[in-house]
Amino acid sequence: MTNLTELTLTQARALLKKREISATELAQETLDQIAAHDGAIGAYLTVTGERALADAAAADKAIAAGDDRPMLGIPLGIKDVLSTTGIETTCGSKILEGYKPVYTATSVKKLEDAGMVMLGKLNMDEFAMGSSTENSAYKRTTNPWNTGRVPGGSSGGSAAAVAAGMALGTLGTDTGGSIRQPGAFCGVVGLKPSYGRVSRYGLVAFGSSLDVAGPLTKTVADAAAILQVIAGHDPLDATSMDVPVPDYSAALTGDIRGLRVGVPKEYFIDGMQPDVERSTREAIAQLKALGAEIVEISLPHTEYALPVYYIIAPAEASANLARYDGIRFGKRIDTGDMWGTYKATRGQGFGSEVKRRIMLGTYALSAGYYDAYYGKAQQVRTLLKRDFDEAFQQVDVIAAPTTPKTAFPFGANTSDPLQMYLEDVFTLPASMAGVPGMSVPCGFDQDGLPIGLQLIGPAFGEENVLRAGHAYEQATEWHRRVPVLG
Amino acid sequence: MAHSEWKTIVGLEIHAELLTETKMFSACPVVDSVTAPPNTAVDPVSLGLPGTLPVINKRALEMAMQVGLALNCEIPPVNQFARKSYFYPDLPKGYQISQYDRPLAVNGYVDIDLSDGSTQRIRIRRAHLEEDTGKSMHTGDGSLIDYNRAGVPLLEIVTEPDIHSAEAAEVYARQLRAILVYLGVNDGDMSKGVMRIEPNISVMHKDDTGYRTRTEVKNLNSIRSLFRSIEYETARHIKAWESGEGVRQATMGWDEAKQRTVVQRYKESAEEYRYFPEPDLPIVEVSREWVAEIRATLPELPIAKAERFMNELGLSRYDAGVLVAERAVAEYFEQGLTTGVNAKSLANWMLGQLFSLFNARNITREDIATTKISATQFAGLVKLVDGGTINKATGVTVLEEMYDTGADAQAIVDAKGLAQISDTSAVEAAVEQMLAENPAWLTEYLGGKDKLFGPMMGKVMGILKGQGNPAVVKEVMAKMLNARKV
Repeated sequence: MTNLTELTLTQARALLKKREISATELAQETLDQIAAHDGAIGAYLTVTGERALADAAAADKAIAAGDDRPMLGIPLGIKDVLSTTGIETTCGSKILEGYKPVYTATSVKKLEDAGMVMLGKLNMDEFAMGSSTENSAYKRTTNPWNTGRVPGGSSGGSAAAVAAGMALGTLGTDTGGSIRQPGAFCGVVGLKPSYGRVSRYGLVAFGSSLDVAGPLTKTVADAAAILQVIAGHDPLDATSMDVPVPDYSAALTGDIRGLRVGVPKEYFIDGMQPDVERSTREAIAQLKALGAEIVEISLPHTEYALPVYYIIAPAEASANLARYDGIRFGKRIDTGDMWGTYKATRGQGFGSEVKRRIMLGTYALSAGYYDAYYGKAQQVRTLLKRDFDEAFQQVDVIAAPTTPKTAFPFGANTSDPLQMYLEDVFTLPASMAGVPGMSVPCGFDQDGLPIGLQLIGPAFGEENVLRAGHAYEQATEWHRRVPVLG
Repeated sequence: MAHSEWKTIVGLEIHAELLTETKMFSACPVVDSVTAPPNTAVDPVSLGLPGTLPVINKRALEMAMQVGLALNCEIPPVNQFARKSYFYPDLPKGYQISQYDRPLAVNGYVDIDLSDGSTQRIRIRRAHLEEDTGKSMHTGDGSLIDYNRAGVPLLEIVTEPDIHSAEAAEVYARQLRAILVYLGVNDGDMSKGVMRIEPNISVMHKDDTGYRTRTEVKNLNSIRSLFRSIEYETARHIKAWESGEGVRQATMGWDEAKQRTVVQRYKESAEEYRYFPEPDLPIVEVSREWVAEIRATLPELPIAKAERFMNELGLSRYDAGVLVAERAVAEYFEQGLTTGVNAKSLANWMLGQLFSLFNARNITREDIATTKISATQFAGLVKLVDGGTINKATGVTVLEEMYDTGADAQAIVDAKGLAQISDTSAVEAAVEQMLAENPAWLTEYLGGKDKLFGPMMGKVMGILKGQGNPAVVKEVMAKMLNARKV
């Protein structure tokens, strides 16, 4: 075995089980990879090296004793928006600098209970608001395929770490595309589960009715393995659904004969990058070649997803971020009086994009504007959901591009928030509808930047998405390509 | 001031904490927020730590429904929580989870009996659930916050502006308090802040066609201060309108020492709480079966109990009302009745001698069960008086000793030889002694000075050391005096 960091999670697990490799050497090589390359990539905000080696040693002991937990000895990284006991959790914001939680998010806890090796916490746009990770208050994360390009966001650190072999898998979170878009930009698999499939307890809230935690991995099988561990009802999250968790590995047959794949015409728009359209259409042709039935469909309210999202998510965020007041945790800038302390703490603690969204949301919820904005947005959201309900009467899965363009250069959209928001036009509808979506590598543009195919399933129909994605992956080589790191 | 031209208009908001074991939205225990050490009953949820989520306490819903039903409210088939946003350090999340446009109970009423003999219906607009805030303590060198109370279930009960006097407000508040205590959902201790009353006060001139500006009084910690503040505020409003100065909408505080209201802040515009539905919680669906189940758990409430005392025991409306006002008093009375004592005698002795003793010893009636005299012991005393073993005056003496020692009435009577003298020959001897000692009285009495009978009887009682049976003494003495006429 030459380089353990090139293993997929599934491969590593098999080798660990056979004791051909040890968890300790796997953890050490991954830490070495981080040490060698994260200076250029900037994926990690915190590397928990000692913790990783301790977890790995414990895993080796457990494996020797015949323990067979699903994540035993697997080195994983966690987006810094998920609460981790004793490990600084900043959400990419100065306002939480130094904040060490006293409890662990349920999704992370489940991975810990399954035996994971904790590598550390991953960079992100501040409070998950952004599409490039440029809004992190701490550092720039670069795209491993081209360090002049952004990794996408907000889970940019989570995607870049996997692409650069600095984790076998990571957890990201997705509110409007924050797993799928960086997955596409970094050439890895990014799965946003259905809303309510994975507990949000400990996921620091941005848009409460939209936020979902999910895996970023090298393969669809790896994503299924992580989803298997983190999915399920949580008594601490009243919005997590109490529905049985299927065996996701059963979907990984490679057989999609007869699967009905819908192609929404609204997802092929003027202004999208030709390479992206070409790769997506080729991927759809590949699905057809594998025996799927391709059906042209319409999701007629797609164009409203963006304006609706930018009312609902900021409205929820404006309340969710009220707790950062410098009183109980995080940064406090004390001016000697209450209102002064509030203003200084929040004024200096939050970055400009966060402030922009707090203002948007505050405005949308204000008396006299509520009905015109928040109330109307909720009505349109119902129509967006209905679009998907009707589509899934006809098809089992929807195939579309994840993003209109590939990874853009740093600074390209920072002066124009609306242009930045447009990066998410193809991922927002599934978020608004609460249905699962996954980005799978499906090619490269002429500059060698990865392109993602988005597969969308019905609510709690992750199997459909995994089935299609896995079959596609088996038939193609895109996921085997790895970036050459400097 | 032409008071008769003005009418008092008051609506009451009562906040009552519910006596659940755990908080409104988490498993954090509820403690006595006055006596428990600060910040010892807190958890990540009640501190609003990043990533935490609320989960509805079903017991709190049930208690709130009990109150709603006891107040003759409708329980709508759905209710919903909402976020009410405002900044204050004792509000951990920067928003309070409350109910807004879909409260748990609506359109109820309470009938109250006023001292002029009239009965008035006070309509209940709504009752809704929310979470309490922490407590701020302002010291010389800063403010301290105790979050023990943060997240404790709080029921807000709002009347229509149907209250037209301080007396009616007091009667309503007492009755509502009694209902809460009977239901076992609140212990009614206003000094601890577990029940807080806020009157909204305005006045209406006889020529008015609409409401005038109102003021709200906060932080009242007794029903007495509720009464006083309404009297004070009403007079202030009338004076302000008559002088042409007018009333500004304001939140007032009550200065207990000066017995007056003080302006806390003026409200120039409608308050902006940016309510929106709480995305972390599902809508609460209340089936009719559930409502029926809750209705079946309701105990006999004060009004029904008072009716029963009147109809079955022949008590007066006033006596019955006083007995049921405190649940502990009613229970004491009913426990006494189990001894077979005459109900009217028991009621008379409780309302008369026992409560006089409580007043003298500074005991509140609700503490009746904590005194040394058990209900059955007290009934035993009443039976001794009713049966003629001791007279009323001796009974009072025995009662005091029972209060101090906890001994049975019979034991005290036996030990001290207090049984009253009903033996005719002993009484005859005493009368003879009295006559021998006061020969002038006999002459005057026989001469027609009938009013000497009283002093003569007093002497006889004195000779009998107060233990003479008054009826026997009266009869024997009258007979002996009559025998000397002619």
